[in-house]
Amino acid sequence: MEFEAVIGLEVHAQLLTESKIFCSCSAKFGAPPNENTCPVCTGMPGVLPVLNRKAVECAIRTALATSCSVQRKSVFARKNYFYPDLPKAYQISQYELPLALGGHIDIELPGGTKRIGITRIHMEEDAGKLVHEGEFAGAQASLADLNRCSVPLMEIVSEPDMRTPEEGGAYLRRLHDILVYLEVCDGNMEEGSFRCDANVSVRPKGREGFGTKAELKNMNSFRNVEKALEYEIRRQVELIEDGGSVVQETRLWDANAGVTLSMRRKEEAHDYRYFPDPDLLPLLVADEWVEELRKTIPELPAEKVARLSAGYGIPRYDAGILASSRALADFFEAAAALYRGNPKTTANECIHWKDVILSGRLSPGTIAHAVEDRESGTISATASKKLVELVLETGKPIRALRDEQGLTQLSDASALDAIVDRVIAASPKEVESYRGGKAGLLSYFVGQVMKESRGKANPKVVQETLKRKLG
Amino acid sequence: MADVPVHEWTLLEAARKVREKEISSRDLTGALLARIERLNPGINAYITVLPERAMAQAAELDEAQARGELRGPLHGVPMGLKDIFCTRGVRTTCGSRILADFLPPYDACVTEKVLRAGAVLLGKQNMDEFAMGSSTETSCFGATRNPWDVTRIPGGSSGGTAAAVSAAMAFAGVGTDTGGSIRQPASLCGVVGMKPTYGRVSRYGMVAFASSLDQAGPITRTVPDAARMLSVIAGHDRRDSTCADVPTPDYLAAVDRPVKGLRIGLPKEYFESGGLSPAVKAAVSKALSALIDQGATAVEVSLPHTTFALSAYYLIAPAEASSNLARYDGVRYGHRAKGASGLIEMMSRTRAEGFGPEVKRRIMIGTYALSAGYYDAFYGKAQKVRTLIRDDFTSAFGKADVLLTPTAPTPAFRLGEKTDDPLTMYLSDIFTIPCNLAGIPGISVPCGLSPEGLPIGAQLLSNHFREETLFAAAGAVERAVPLPRVSPIEG
Amino acid sequence: MAITREEVLHVARLARLALSDADADRLREQLGDLLEYMKQLDGLDTSGVVPTSHAVEMGTPFREDTVLPFGDPEAILSNAPDREDGFFRVPRIIED
Repeated sequence: MEFEAVIGLEVHAQLLTESKIFCSCSAKFGAPPNENTCPVCTGMPGVLPVLNRKAVECAIRTALATSCSVQRKSVFARKNYFYPDLPKAYQISQYELPLALGGHIDIELPGGTKRIGITRIHMEEDAGKLVHEGEFAGAQASLADLNRCSVPLMEIVSEPDMRTPEEGGAYLRRLHDILVYLEVCDGNMEEGSFRCDANVSVRPKGREGFGTKAELKNMNSFRNVEKALEYEIRRQVELIEDGGSVVQETRLWDANAGVTLSMRRKEEAHDYRYFPDPDLLPLLVADEWVEELRKTIPELPAEKVARLSAGYGIPRYDAGILASSRALADFFEAAAALYRGNPKTTANECIHWKDVILSGRLSPGTIAHAVEDRESGTISATASKKLVELVLETGKPIRALRDEQGLTQLSDASALDAIVDRVIAASPKEVESYRGGKAGLLSYFVGQVMKESRGKANPKVVQETLKRKLG
Repeated sequence: MADVPVHEWTLLEAARKVREKEISSRDLTGALLARIERLNPGINAYITVLPERAMAQAAELDEAQARGELRGPLHGVPMGLKDIFCTRGVRTTCGSRILADFLPPYDACVTEKVLRAGAVLLGKQNMDEFAMGSSTETSCFGATRNPWDVTRIPGGSSGGTAAAVSAAMAFAGVGTDTGGSIRQPASLCGVVGMKPTYGRVSRYGMVAFASSLDQAGPITRTVPDAARMLSVIAGHDRRDSTCADVPTPDYLAAVDRPVKGLRIGLPKEYFESGGLSPAVKAAVSKALSALIDQGATAVEVSLPHTTFALSAYYLIAPAEASSNLARYDGVRYGHRAKGASGLIEMMSRTRAEGFGPEVKRRIMIGTYALSAGYYDAFYGKAQKVRTLIRDDFTSAFGKADVLLTPTAPTPAFRLGEKTDDPLTMYLSDIFTIPCNLAGIPGISVPCGLSPEGLPIGAQLLSNHFREETLFAAAGAVERAVPLPRVSPIEG
Repeated sequence: MAITREEVLHVARLARLALSDADADRLREQLGDLLEYMKQLDGLDTSGVVPTSHAVEMGTPFREDTVLPFGDPEAILSNAPDREDGFFRVPRIIED
């Protein structure tokens, strides 16, 4: 029997705000333990939450960018459970009435575009962090750092529309790019600013209903998400084929072992007793506010890919790489504006130098000049690469370096004539064979000329001159 | 006219005499501290008395005044706060063992406001544990006694505040009212207690019981004193999302407003209640006559869902409380059980040792009402009943400007009388609870004494943010029904 | 309304309240009585009634996104029953 997987992804993204969602503490990562805390985020008696406007704006903009409908009224609820990293013993989250519902994003697959539905987007606060003490004699304990408590998060829940790990990966990357484009999330997966949980089930291909799903956690890179999905799908299929059945449970991805492991938890832990948080009133979003925020939505990755590809005549694949980062795409467009000659070469250069460009060490002018000089035959491809490296090393302008290093090609036919004549004169036997029909010998002559010119001759011009002179 | 003893002055008199330098804040504060020292052991109105701090504060205020600097309308006047308001560096217990040693690193908004107005803080007043109770018997610091009869309870949960004000151990106090916790003890102790509109006073730094119902308000010996106090503590506060951004009127001016033409609604369901004592009924009738004599008119109104209010309240309040009190887990502050081998055991034993029986009972009901499978039948249903109760008031206020009812069904009962029967205890809040569910303001004003000589209060209710109408009506009752201002206790 | 001993113990576990046998028995009785009283609500038709979470209906206000540090981490930690190196210290977590 052939099986197919049904995959839904839940992404938790930390919103890019200065302060926390319900208090004025800094939301920055990496402070000493409990430095970024106050009575509110440590759940002291009598203190109260007040909602951060910027956090709401980030979530609304995400909803608009993913075609969700922003709800005029949403409600913050309390999710009740005890844990030392949760000071109030409840997490303020949105439950029954989330901020946004019913959107989608389109992902690029080898076979074309696929639309993945988004069920909902809601806002919530993060919990703190526990550090576990070593098991030295009698000192087994845990230490709570509450810096992360009440850092603003947004949860984006997809429909179970993905069928393969590749689709999952493509969705995740596209969503990640959108959030970074919007500047609502820094997208850092290692620091946990962009986290993903997956719901996975399998079913015989062609069947309508869903199988029992497992929830996968602890995957902290795109690659790990794909690997965990692959493993889990195979595990479930093998389980069913061996006559077993899938148990609904949470499983942790162990990246070192490359397996998912069951995380045993008591059933009662799931009775969260959600109810509307009486310390906050309903979140009301006026249409005017939404329209104002709509104006701040930049061109998004999918639109950018289409425009770059059509507008500059570059392959969709290349446009996709350029559009994976707003900064890279902007760089490319700036370089392509400085030299309009061959955008495809400019695109290739931008893709080649992607990491350096994103680190801010190159200017669009450098790439534009490099491409322009190559196209005009002033420098060779090799020289172009060397020159960019020299720019990075010395910080000098590329054209100054070109002249200083003498990397200009000999493209002037008259200057080449002498060398070509010398080579022809020195190889009478080869000239005879060539003229006798051994056309393959042309590359021998080219090689000789290049050697004579110490690599500076333009191979194209050399070839033409040789052909002309050898008849 | 014979001289009135210092402690019997009203809040307004005391403030005026300090302002006009007839007495220093030090002498005033000293007099009250001496009275506390004499009477508090028998009444137990204060959990924490702050003699040194109060005297230092008084001295500082006297010096400020000597420099020509008056802090505000309460300059130099000593008062107390229910031990539910956080006070920076002064332990705030909420009447519970679990917070017995808690030192807040912040002041409640109410604390800030009374201090900024120049008040001297005498101490923190006794209360039912986490404000859960109607008799101040659930405090882990021992019961407070009614200064009119020490064998009786003072009402609750702000029983310490009502008893302290009634026994002249403070010129005023601030209590909190979730289902009657200001008005019922005020009624039982013969003082004035006002619960403002939900959102009128900031809840910031006030230990939460049921967040959608809790509201702070003054307890004083006169209606003008209550009006003055409310002007001090009311007002918008950005730290409380549920605090209304509306201007604070001059409440003191409202007290003398004529009541001529005021429509007094009499909710028939309140007067038909089986538990209503004849003495209370008679006293409330006297209050009504006083209002009619001054030109008000009476009209019968109906609040048909009144009988469901108690059930709705005892689902909503415990549900919110079960969540609000979950933070007392022994991790960051408060009591922690000793010798637990694991985390769950530590938390469960901490809470078992730290909370008293009434608090545990309410946490249990509330957890149950929110738990899977029961939410719709209990909590969800109660929230709908709440809508019906609020709608009842909305239509009643179409016919009447204020409603007049008894505050409590009976005068003060005896200590221990109802402690074993939670439901009977809960029924003592039957007239005060609907007001909290609807979020409207209410005031209890003394209107008579029972045959045994126990005080009885009348409750006046008005529509949202119409506290001025309440002060006018309560002022009219107070002027027409002369009663002793201070309880007849002497230590 | 009858409530079973198991339900009492389940709710107590959810609420992290250690109960003695006597506590559990007394609470079973008292909760049963209270829930019985509250059953009166069943007789009230609330179909089509919108639930009220707050008597005063308005939208939640906002804070601007400005950092205002509390500035006294020691005051946050000073009430802790157990602490270590700036952390709150708790007994080990036994997943049972």
